Amino acid sequence: MPSNKSVSDAPIVQFTNCRILRDHQLQREDLWVREGKILNPEKLFFDEKGSADVQLDCKDSIIAPGFIDVQINGGFGVDFSLATDDFKSGIDLVSQKILSHGVTSFCPTLVTSPPSVYHQVLPQISVRNGGAYGAGILGAHLEGPFISKEKKGAHPEHCLRTFEAGAFQDLLATYGSLDCVQIVTLAPEMRRSSEVIQELTKRGICVSLGHSVANLSQAEEAVQHGATFITHLFNAMLPFHHRDPGIVGLLTSDKIPAGRRVFYGMISDGIHTNPAALRIAHRAHPKGLVLVTDAIAGMGLAPGRHTLGQQVVEIDGLNTYIAGTKTLSGSVATMDTCVRHFQEATGCSVETALEAASLHPAQLLGIEHKKGTLNYDSDADFLMLNDNLYVQATYIAGKEVWRQDVLGM
Amino acid sequence: MKLIILENYSQASEWAAKYIRNRIVQFGPGPGRFFTLGLPTGLPRDHPESYHSFMWNNFFKHVDISPENVHILDGNAPDLQAECDAFEEKIKAAGGIELFVGGIGPDGHIAFNEPGSSLVSRTRVKTLAMDTILANARFFDGDLSKVPTMALTVGVGTVMDSREVMILITGAHKAFALYKAIEDGVNHMWTVSAFQQHPNTVFVCDEDATLELKVKTVKYFKGLMLVHNKLVEPLYSMKEMGAERSQSKKPYSD
Repeated sequence: MPSNKSVSDAPIVQFTNCRILRDHQLQREDLWVREGKILNPEKLFFDEKGSADVQLDCKDSIIAPGFIDVQINGGFGVDFSLATDDFKSGIDLVSQKILSHGVTSFCPTLVTSPPSVYHQVLPQISVRNGGAYGAGILGAHLEGPFISKEKKGAHPEHCLRTFEAGAFQDLLATYGSLDCVQIVTLAPEMRRSSEVIQELTKRGICVSLGHSVANLSQAEEAVQHGATFITHLFNAMLPFHHRDPGIVGLLTSDKIPAGRRVFYGMISDGIHTNPAALRIAHRAHPKGLVLVTDAIAGMGLAPGRHTLGQQVVEIDGLNTYIAGTKTLSGSVATMDTCVRHFQEATGCSVETALEAASLHPAQLLGIEHKKGTLNYDSDADFLMLNDNLYVQATYIAGKEVWRQDVLGM
Repeated sequence: MKLIILENYSQASEWAAKYIRNRIVQFGPGPGRFFTLGLPTGLPRDHPESYHSFMWNNFFKHVDISPENVHILDGNAPDLQAECDAFEEKIKAAGGIELFVGGIGPDGHIAFNEPGSSLVSRTRVKTLAMDTILANARFFDGDLSKVPTMALTVGVGTVMDSREVMILITGAHKAFALYKAIEDGVNHMWTVSAFQQHPNTVFVCDEDATLELKVKTVKYFKGLMLVHNKLVEPLYSMKEMGAERSQSKKPYSD
């Protein structure tokens, strides 16, 4: 069908025979794309009298917004917390490989590291759009070093710090630059954390609570000062107690400022959280659940030893521990595996599972007007999946950047 | 007139859809040979639930029609009467309406030709009756003050000029209007009755819509269903039509 536009000469692609995730439901609708954005076909038809240049039959696939991973420490042998010479090519490798997991945007995560690492690595991370070369980078996630000693998990104790002396200035000195930082995880019970949280929030950086022994009031105070996320709920925090629910209590707290929502990351690899706990969290606060992989360098590689910043970790199947211990340290699950496991464990709808990996992280970062949905004028980052939620193809800005080989890869 | 009586809303809709499909296929449209389908107009353009959205979601997005071949009366045009006149010209230029498909209101109106409209009227601006405004309130969150009071509409005369007219009538609330349309005389208070003077009219309705008709009328037309169903079976398709064109029979007429 010939296209006919006075507004733009760019080709219009119409994806047909598919079910798209829109308005929280899978609808039998066509998806229209032009110039890397989702197009409104009704406006095209009546206002521009235009039509599609290319029609693609999606063979009844599900089309969902691309997944957004806000906590990923590396993969395929690359460790984002190691200041290597070829750091840039490492990040490029990971961003390219995760396309096959359905991830179209991510936040490279750095675990607790000495300041020298931050000073060397952060300037090499730049916010950029995705494309055929790989998933888009939304900004760095700095998990630590301002975290609790008691809940350090896999983070190296000798690198932990406080900001008692100079509050925000201490933080800035440690990291060097906050230019491309999107999320900071800290422990709110630390002295002067409120000032730091306010300062970070003012700069548009998302503050997350994690690796902490905070009680519920300390956590609520942090939220009132601007914190909006919880790093891997249940892990590295005090367990839920009925007289002091701790950070977990934020899911049902009545002290959250009006109009704000607290989001929480969940590593649904079947190991970090018992499925029953996953269900409790999901049922308590379904709209806040954000799936994350917390993947480490060993993700995508054979079992064995790999690094996680200053530590050595051992991978055995899906389990990843600090070498010689039973301390969990990140995961090797992929995002699409997490989505499938989440759906199976909670019995939730396909729409809910997909939104936990796309819409919710976009809402957390305040970018849902262009990412995380298939609404008109959003960035055309989307996936084709089969009914079992296996990714068949990944698209960024309307262009196919990965496709499942029929022969398997 | 052919009166087609089906059991319920879905069956009536399906019969009508099949009939229209067969008519289009047998007409053999192509470049330069347009099958002009006429439909009644609706709400003004700038409302989110507008007629444009309605037509897009319920019709255009499901078929491969070129946007240039869609002509909708523009309620926001600067000179409304000129818009109406231009519309009449466009119909003439397309070779006239081949088939007009419409419904009727409980007051027996066709398109927005409310009771009292001239039976020879053309496309024009009409003030809407209170009944119609009430019926349209559902598109404006039930707020009567938001419902437009005027609409552009094709005239009764415009529809009478079509080569064929199909009226869809379902539901008990339309039963009296159907009675007035086909068992009473031609009357400008029930504008649909004008089609008694049209050579090719099909009324498709469900059982509930026949509640005010004489039993005799209903039995007579139900008896003709065997013959009338030949209009929808077999169901033709554009791909097969090439071969069958040579053997096509004239469509049944009463």
